[in-house]
Amino acid sequence: MTATVTTPAARGAFKARKVFNKKALVPWLFLAPGLLLALVFKFWPMAKGVWLSFFDVRPFLGDRWTGLDNYTRVLTDHRFQDAIGHTLVLGIGQSLGAIFLGFVLALLLEGQARSLKIVRTAVFLPAVTATAVVGELWRLMYYPTSDGLINSGLNFFGIGPVQFLDNPDLALWSTMAMGIWIWAPYNMVIIMAGLAGVDRSLYEAAAMDGVSLWQRLRYVTLPAIRPALGIVLTLAAIRGLRVFTEVYVLTGGGPAGSTEVWMTRAYTLGFTRNDIGGASAASVVLLCVTLLLTVTVNYFRKRGDVR
Amino acid sequence: MSAPAIDPVRTTSPKPTARRSGKDRRTTPARFDTALGWNDKPGAAWTLRILLCAIALGIFAAPFLAILSGAFTRNASGSSLSFLPHDSTLLNFTVAGERGIWDYFSNSLVIAGGGLLLQLAVCTLAAYALARHRFRGQALVLTLFMLTMMLPEEVIAIPLSLVLGDVPVVHLDLKGTVWGVILPLGAWGFSVMMLTEFMKDIPDEIEEAARLDGVGELRMLWQIVLPLCKPALGVAGVLGFIMIWDQYLLPLIAAKDPTDYTVTVALSVLRTDPEVGSGVVLAGAVIALVPSLIVYLLLQRSLVTGIAAGATKG
Repeated sequence: MTATVTTPAARGAFKARKVFNKKALVPWLFLAPGLLLALVFKFWPMAKGVWLSFFDVRPFLGDRWTGLDNYTRVLTDHRFQDAIGHTLVLGIGQSLGAIFLGFVLALLLEGQARSLKIVRTAVFLPAVTATAVVGELWRLMYYPTSDGLINSGLNFFGIGPVQFLDNPDLALWSTMAMGIWIWAPYNMVIIMAGLAGVDRSLYEAAAMDGVSLWQRLRYVTLPAIRPALGIVLTLAAIRGLRVFTEVYVLTGGGPAGSTEVWMTRAYTLGFTRNDIGGASAASVVLLCVTLLLTVTVNYFRKRGDVR
Repeated sequence: MSAPAIDPVRTTSPKPTARRSGKDRRTTPARFDTALGWNDKPGAAWTLRILLCAIALGIFAAPFLAILSGAFTRNASGSSLSFLPHDSTLLNFTVAGERGIWDYFSNSLVIAGGGLLLQLAVCTLAAYALARHRFRGQALVLTLFMLTMMLPEEVIAIPLSLVLGDVPVVHLDLKGTVWGVILPLGAWGFSVMMLTEFMKDIPDEIEEAARLDGVGELRMLWQIVLPLCKPALGVAGVLGFIMIWDQYLLPLIAAKDPTDYTVTVALSVLRTDPEVGSGVVLAGAVIALVPSLIVYLLLQRSLVTGIAAGATKG
């Protein structure tokens, strides 16, 4: 308090401001831990990654500014170009496959019978299992001799032992199959939530109009679950771009780089070749594409919702 | 989204149709309850559905039986994987134990437990501020938390590993400590969003009444808001646990040497060890699988609800 005489009104205003200030501080105290952690472990590394991508990073010697060199190097490197191709094939194939299979599973397992709930619980297992565990499991299932789990199944149909992971032409498709297996049950849950929102009287009306099952799916079910499909597609696209663990655990990028994806390539560059600058540039490119994709898909989703 | 959309388990409309009798309204699903019009009566469609369900189980669940049986089989290898253990033994687990699997497992437990506690605490605090207060910069903070969801570990892995080795300002080296994994998992945008949405729905009257009784901010959160948020906390807990347990890249880059690995990362150490067979790797896989399986089976309802709710709110 100052020595000047204050009128009651002025004192009231002062008090109010003080109370206001204290109140305004409260939410920030609650937000502080989260914002601090996000800042230090998310946004700072992101900024640092962008910064480093313009440098030739040399530990102990000091970094040297090289401008866009890292970017041109990464984008013209043929192994990175191959990796883009693999990332796209894997991402698109895996997403569409998992969405289709998830839709089929949702249609099959829709319902409230107890037995169906048990089946759903079991079918959802791949989605809760850690990716690394799934990778080990599939490596063994893909065992290349005729008594490997999948090969012995194929053997039953007279198809000879397939070198799922050792054949450069097949390895990417084998990885994709595992990705579909992991994500189909996850998509199933989201699509099922969409199916639950479909107005049942529409089915009844469709039946009275005598439409075929296909037409019913096409004109009643699909439009109703379009929002759910949009979400599934967004999530899958982002997941597809940043795919790392699945590939790293299952094939490590091999054989002969045939399953190398963008992130495994960046990882190799950064951690085993110590080319931090190049790896950062690769990550920044991926980050930009991810953000662009998210924004685009959201834009179309919003526009679709308005329509 | 309306309430039924959030609960995929209840897939029938609560509105009974006029033609159905009162008796079978609840017990037997009607023809129009599912998109494909499945029904319970034995017949061609019924048989087809059972067959298809069996195929689905074979594809999605049977491989887990293969892990389990392989883990309990003596001299198991990729070429002898089957759905039933033969020559059953606990030897694989003993060998895996000698290779330090239980140390990896305890690393995992500490990280999952600590990470989840921190995550829930941090996200609850942030969500409380976002849902129950109005302040300048609120939209910006919300956007920042949304952005954390769009910044996957994979994309920031390389700079993050540098940051973990030398945390800015305080210059701590978190590598080789569990904190290197736990702290980056603290702010999880998904939990913040979901808890915020949930806390917004708490009626203002409850808060006002508590304020009149002189309840302060912390007590408000702890004794009034949190008990009302139990379902949302359950969802955040289950999803958070599964997410943390699934971490691969983060424990990999936060480790100083292999003894710091979590059990999921350590599987690759076991695999590349020439002295152990597939059975030991599978034993390790079973050990890595059990906690997430327990959490899932105990709380699967909130997990499924959470995925659906998170997706529809997106």
